[in-house]
Amino acid sequence: MPAVIVNNITKRYGKKNAVVTALKEISFEVDKGELFGIIGPDGAGKTSLFRILTTLLLPEGGTASVDGFDVVKDYKAIRKRVGYMPGRFSLYQDLTVKENLDFFATIFNTSVEENYELVKDIYSQIEPFKDRRAGKLSGGMKQKLALSCALIHRPSVLFLDEPTTGVDAVSRKEFWEMLQRLKKQGITILVSTPYMDEASLCDRVALVQSGKILSIDTPEQIVASFEKPLLAVKSDNMLQLLSLLKQCEWVEDAYPFGEFHHVVMKGEFKADLSAYLSSQLSAFEMVDTNPNIEDCFISLMKENDE
Amino acid sequence: MSNDKVIIADKLTKRFGDFTAVDAISFEVNKGEIFGFLGANGAGKTTAMRMLSGLSMPTSGKAIVAGFDIYRENEQIKRNIGYMSQKFSLYEDLTVKENIRFYAGIYGKSNQFIKEKTERVLRQLHLSAEADKLVKSLPLGWKQKLAFSVAIFHEPQLVFLDEPTGGVDPVTRREFWHMIYEAAASGITVFVTTHYMDEAEYCNRVSIMVDGRIDALDTPQQLKKTFSASSMDEVFLKLARKATRAAD
Amino acid sequence: MKQFLSFVKKEFHHIFRDLRTMFILLAMPVAQIIIFGFALTNEVKNSRIVVWDQSKDAATTSLINQIEASNYFELDREIYSANEIETSFKKGKVKLAVIFPPHFNEDLLHFNKAQVQLIADASDPNVANTLTNYASAIIMDYQDRITNERKLPYTITTEMRMLYNPELKGAYNFVPGVMAMVLLLVCTMMTAITIVREKEMGTMEVMLVSPMKPFRIVLAKAVPYLMLSAVNITSILLLSVYVLDVPINGSLVLLVAESLLFTLVSLSLGLLISSRAESQQTAMFISLVALFLPTVMLSGFMFPIENMPLPLRTVSNIVPAKWYYSIVRSVMIKGVGLHAVWKETLILAGMFVFFLGLAIKNFKIRLA
Repeated sequence: MPAVIVNNITKRYGKKNAVVTALKEISFEVDKGELFGIIGPDGAGKTSLFRILTTLLLPEGGTASVDGFDVVKDYKAIRKRVGYMPGRFSLYQDLTVKENLDFFATIFNTSVEENYELVKDIYSQIEPFKDRRAGKLSGGMKQKLALSCALIHRPSVLFLDEPTTGVDAVSRKEFWEMLQRLKKQGITILVSTPYMDEASLCDRVALVQSGKILSIDTPEQIVASFEKPLLAVKSDNMLQLLSLLKQCEWVEDAYPFGEFHHVVMKGEFKADLSAYLSSQLSAFEMVDTNPNIEDCFISLMKENDE
Repeated sequence: MSNDKVIIADKLTKRFGDFTAVDAISFEVNKGEIFGFLGANGAGKTTAMRMLSGLSMPTSGKAIVAGFDIYRENEQIKRNIGYMSQKFSLYEDLTVKENIRFYAGIYGKSNQFIKEKTERVLRQLHLSAEADKLVKSLPLGWKQKLAFSVAIFHEPQLVFLDEPTGGVDPVTRREFWHMIYEAAASGITVFVTTHYMDEAEYCNRVSIMVDGRIDALDTPQQLKKTFSASSMDEVFLKLARKATRAAD
Repeated sequence: MKQFLSFVKKEFHHIFRDLRTMFILLAMPVAQIIIFGFALTNEVKNSRIVVWDQSKDAATTSLINQIEASNYFELDREIYSANEIETSFKKGKVKLAVIFPPHFNEDLLHFNKAQVQLIADASDPNVANTLTNYASAIIMDYQDRITNERKLPYTITTEMRMLYNPELKGAYNFVPGVMAMVLLLVCTMMTAITIVREKEMGTMEVMLVSPMKPFRIVLAKAVPYLMLSAVNITSILLLSVYVLDVPINGSLVLLVAESLLFTLVSLSLGLLISSRAESQQTAMFISLVALFLPTVMLSGFMFPIENMPLPLRTVSNIVPAKWYYSIVRSVMIKGVGLHAVWKETLILAGMFVFFLGLAIKNFKIRLA
């Protein structure tokens, strides 16, 4: 049985005249032991989804279960077996590292000793600071402590809501390495993130936008399903280049992408485009390139808008 | 002092007690440039930006921003710069128009100027139909774009953008960068911090702060060459991993 | 149970690590008692008095001399009409007027009985109280002396009147008032704020997604404040008895029990507020406007309820502090037992059950 089953979940906020639909009939399943990513910008509905699955919110429609327990009826059972790390740092800032961990262990009817093996890998990195107040830790260390606290009762499913938002590239990378190691321990992990580049680190991902799922698949499959030719172009004047590309009839879409502009072509018109740009610009560089998740997201988003 | 330098920082230093948050940084930013200001959390970015925008006094060193001395002329500096951050929010309970009016009013712009420019800005943002709607009813991406337009509404010489695109979807993020390009093309210098390393590549030049110092400063292309890296992400990781001090 | 204790321990950590909270909880009650207490117990020396002597005979002259000779009084001037009493009080320096009726000595000699009237400016009730006590002591002294000299039982009755504050509200009344205020502050406001703080910080979210039963979370947060209230009750009572010389005339056990009951009412109010408020400011605002103001204004501690218009008197009945204030005054100062305050006690107990029930009903096991 899948660890998480989400079936037509709908969530609305607000009163009659100003209703915001945060989730529109979302369905997906997460297998046991999977590292599942929910990828999308702010306002996509990631937090609402996590709060429904952790029994903090009631859905307006649909059903969902975690570990076989219904998120509405069996909320008590779910609260005993999941780990949850909200988007904001949610530990007691005026308690020390050790006090926080001890406290969470007791709340979950366990002790730090009992599950030390599970958190050792993460906790040992902050253990030298165990008498420091949580509020005085660096961003990366706070995150490690929060993860330790969410894990201390050996949850069967771990929900991490935007754990890497606002964290610098180095800490982000370390955090994902920790998740990979946790996965090996057999814990099912659901993680949400606005960073597209983190998708490739998950087993499967759901791309979400405005309360809807654009696509669910392995990162490799999502990228493989991008069928149109993709070019990378650059020149001295990138702004001028972009407006040229956007006007061009063979071009489906053009947008800045790192050092280059990415150009999604309507077909095999590379030679035509090259000739056209030569006539307009003194120098430019054009190469074929492989799409990544972000290209896919942009393309799916635009399809979805139409 | 030459006119095409919008920022000249010379051994700019800020100490808090015995902690040196910013350690004698020196750099220059040219007029109309998009200058990326990167660094891990706690590297000293925010402190440096505060000094440059006249909000905090340096411990030592010199800096000229928009032609004004940061020690003596911080009031003039504030008048000649714009500022926007992810957290900087427009007033949610004011309408789009009221927000523009309010911020433009702070900078003492004439009613005529405000009226004309408001229309132009709203047209560019495709927000004309939403002019009288409350800001809180707008989607996040639109808010961010509006906030940027408001930050440069008074046509400052220089605008500071502190992680302006955090959490924004990839399409809006690119629309946002398009606006940045346009602002730069019109002569506004852009000083931007970001956690998205691909965005670093959109900058003309990028500086990377490590432990309060600027450890690298060049065009993204050159930086990648120097550090024999395939992306700015790699450059950043190589530099930031050297950091010895804990982030805040 | 272990969960619960661990939560209580955590709560104490929060309190002991925040100087501001510590100050509000423990130092403020003491400071309030001392500041108010001492402001009201001025050392009385060389207080100015006026004398209206309508007899001008040997006895009155002798008595006036005695009064003047003491350290406590200094004759400001003689007056010749009743109007002048108030005029001299209003000027501020004169605190006491001594009035001898006509034929004082004659009455004393013929009927063995005479009258003196003492009128005090009771806007400062403690001073007024002390002054009249001193003055009557001097008069008693004189009476005893002439009784001894002439071997006849003379009686001088002193009639006392307090101007401006006839009930002589002072430290005696003040102590029960401060107790009510302090307990409300500690229990209601601090409890509400500390729970709402967890909502604001996002820690409530994590607590809810744990096997800890939601309402236990809240009860566990209330326990430390209940304990701290006990400390405050003790320290206020000790200060009252040993520093302010306010006696505990009734049963100490009853007094403490009633105080704990009031603490429970305050805690349940705090829980109720916290179940509604989403930010610390809101919690603070509700506590101040809905509880503090009524407590100060309508409990009878600052202003006598009997003098209020009917609507206010009616409203004052739903202010818990009013009932507590009345209980403490009865037990502590009048020295009566439970039989005299059972009605008030029952009302407080009812309020506790009602507020707690409402708080439990309103408590959310989810975020929205």
